[in-house]
Parts: sequence; C-alpha cells; structure tokens
Amino acid sequence: MENNDKLIIAGHEFNSRFILGSGKFSLDLVKAAVESAGAEIVTLALRRANTKTEYNILDFIPKTVTLLPNTSGARTAEEAVRIARLSRELGCGDFVKIEVIKDTKFLLPDNYETIKATEILAKEGFIVMPYMYPDLNVARDLANAGAATIMPLAAPIGSNLGLLTKHFIKIIIDEIKLPVIVDAGIGSPSQACEIMQEGAAAIMVNTAIATAKNINEMAEAFKLAIIAGRKAYLAGLGRVLNFKAEASSPLIDFLEDK
Amino acid sequence: MRVNGKDTELKGTKTLTDFLKDNNYNLGRIVIELNGEIVSKDKYNTINLKDTDVMEVLTFVGGG
Repeated sequence: MENNDKLIIAGHEFNSRFILGSGKFSLDLVKAAVESAGAEIVTLALRRANTKTEYNILDFIPKTVTLLPNTSGARTAEEAVRIARLSRELGCGDFVKIEVIKDTKFLLPDNYETIKATEILAKEGFIVMPYMYPDLNVARDLANAGAATIMPLAAPIGSNLGLLTKHFIKIIIDEIKLPVIVDAGIGSPSQACEIMQEGAAAIMVNTAIATAKNINEMAEAFKLAIIAGRKAYLAGLGRVLNFKAEASSPLIDFLEDK
Repeated sequence: MRVNGKDTELKGTKTLTDFLKDNNYNLGRIVIELNGEIVSKDKYNTINLKDTDVMEVLTFVGGG
C-alpha cells in the first residue's frame, strides 16, 4: 500500500513515524526489534571502543535504516558539538540528536546549552534534532537556531511514566511548524497513540520496548499504535460533549408515552 | 601515550594504522580523536604516534 503521508525531516522522507532507540538491548535482539518496529531511524550513542569486542551494533542494524547518533554524555554545548563531529566522522550521515544533560538524578535536558549546540551544529550542516524539556520559548529558539525537529520529553528518560508533559507538548505542536517528535518517558503504545492523535509527527521509544517481556511483540504494538494515532489525527477526532449526551441510535418513535 | 584514558606503551608502533591493527581495533567501526583533533581515515597511515599523545578510540554502541 502506498503511503503518501511521509515524515519529512530536513527534506528526507520516511514512511515510518517510529524512531527506535537502541539502548538496553542485547545485540542479537536489535535487528529483530528494528524489523518488528518497522523503524527507519535508529538512535545510537558514541563510546570508547573496546578492542576485544567482536561485534559492533552497526552489524545488527539494516543498511536501509537512517542512523541518528545522539550526544548522550554531553554536559555542555561544547561537549555535544564534539560528540556530533566525531559521530559524523564515523560515516553515519548528518543527522544528530542533541542531548545535553547536567542533571544526573532526573536526567533532564539543559535547554540553554541545547540551543547553543543546535546553533553551532546547524551552521555546520548537521540535521539537528534537539531533545528538550517542553517549553514553547525554547522550542522557538531552537527553530530559530536551525533545528530540523523539536524533540520534547514526555517524562524523565527511561521512566516509562507516560505523557506527564502532554499539555506543553501540545502547545509546541500547535505553535511550531517543525516536526515535533515526542521522545523519552513514553511507556505504552496507548500513550504513543494518544500524543500522535494530537499531531505529534513521530515518537521515539527505547526503554518501553527494551524492558518489555516480549520485545518484538511490544515493538510491533508500538508500531501499530503510532500508525493508529496518526490516522486518527489525520481523520480528525470527533467532538466532545461535556455534561450532556446525544443518542447514537434513532430516537424511539413507536413507543407511546405512558 | 594515553589511549581511552589509560596509559599505553607504544611498543615500537610507528603509525596510527599500525597501532590500531596491533590492538585489534575494527578500523571500519571506529573514529579517532588525537590530542583533541578528529583524524580522518585517510590520515591514519601518515601519522606517527608519540609517547605524549592522548588518543580516544570511539565507536557506536546502543543508545536512546
């Protein structure tokens, strides 16, 4: 079936609106998770190489997938820029997900440093996808700095707590013209569906799948939920009635009042 | 020299390529930062390492 509803990031088209994080998986499960998710974008992290390691995660990700290295570990804009440049040298393309985190307890992103890193890297030709705490003013600054998408968090990284920031994400969706990709904290397919219904352009999920009892089934469940949410958004949700009702069946016309 | 935060003996190694091969790094899966500068792959053969060098050998791992 032809899909005319593409996710477009800086001119690059994707059929899938499901970005899969590859952390916390054993290597032999990564490939199956990517396939079950139908993901066309997968995130990676940069770390010191181990000379004894026989396999690399790139050996387990289909070649057709777009790699999205993150800058995890960066505490400042400068460190994020350093990681981004090193990642690009590895030959994975120009995409980069900016993560700048100083807060070691809640792992909340530093929006100020994120804006600085975004500006520097966008000028260097990177396709910058900044992870941020959902704040409309910051989203505007990121857009002005050259971000390709905005990636607000739903809840703290790895928490599976769900859409704690839903209202503020919705404000960004409504006010910012860039694709808004909800990242971090989404714990269930129903939550992914719910924010897709509100107009999120895509969802990024890692922990909810990596910590599920059946990884492949959960990856597929997310895939279907994201598709369902997108279709519902495009279809336009029905209106809501508060404190009243409206019959769905024709009113009874053959029973006489007593 | 220091490699990935650890003191490392060069043991007669001359070029960066020699060092990486001697230590069984997968050249297709790594990126090198030498004394704070990224080294492109086409330069590996032309760089002679020194005891005072500080090198990072990095690769992709799983991450969200």
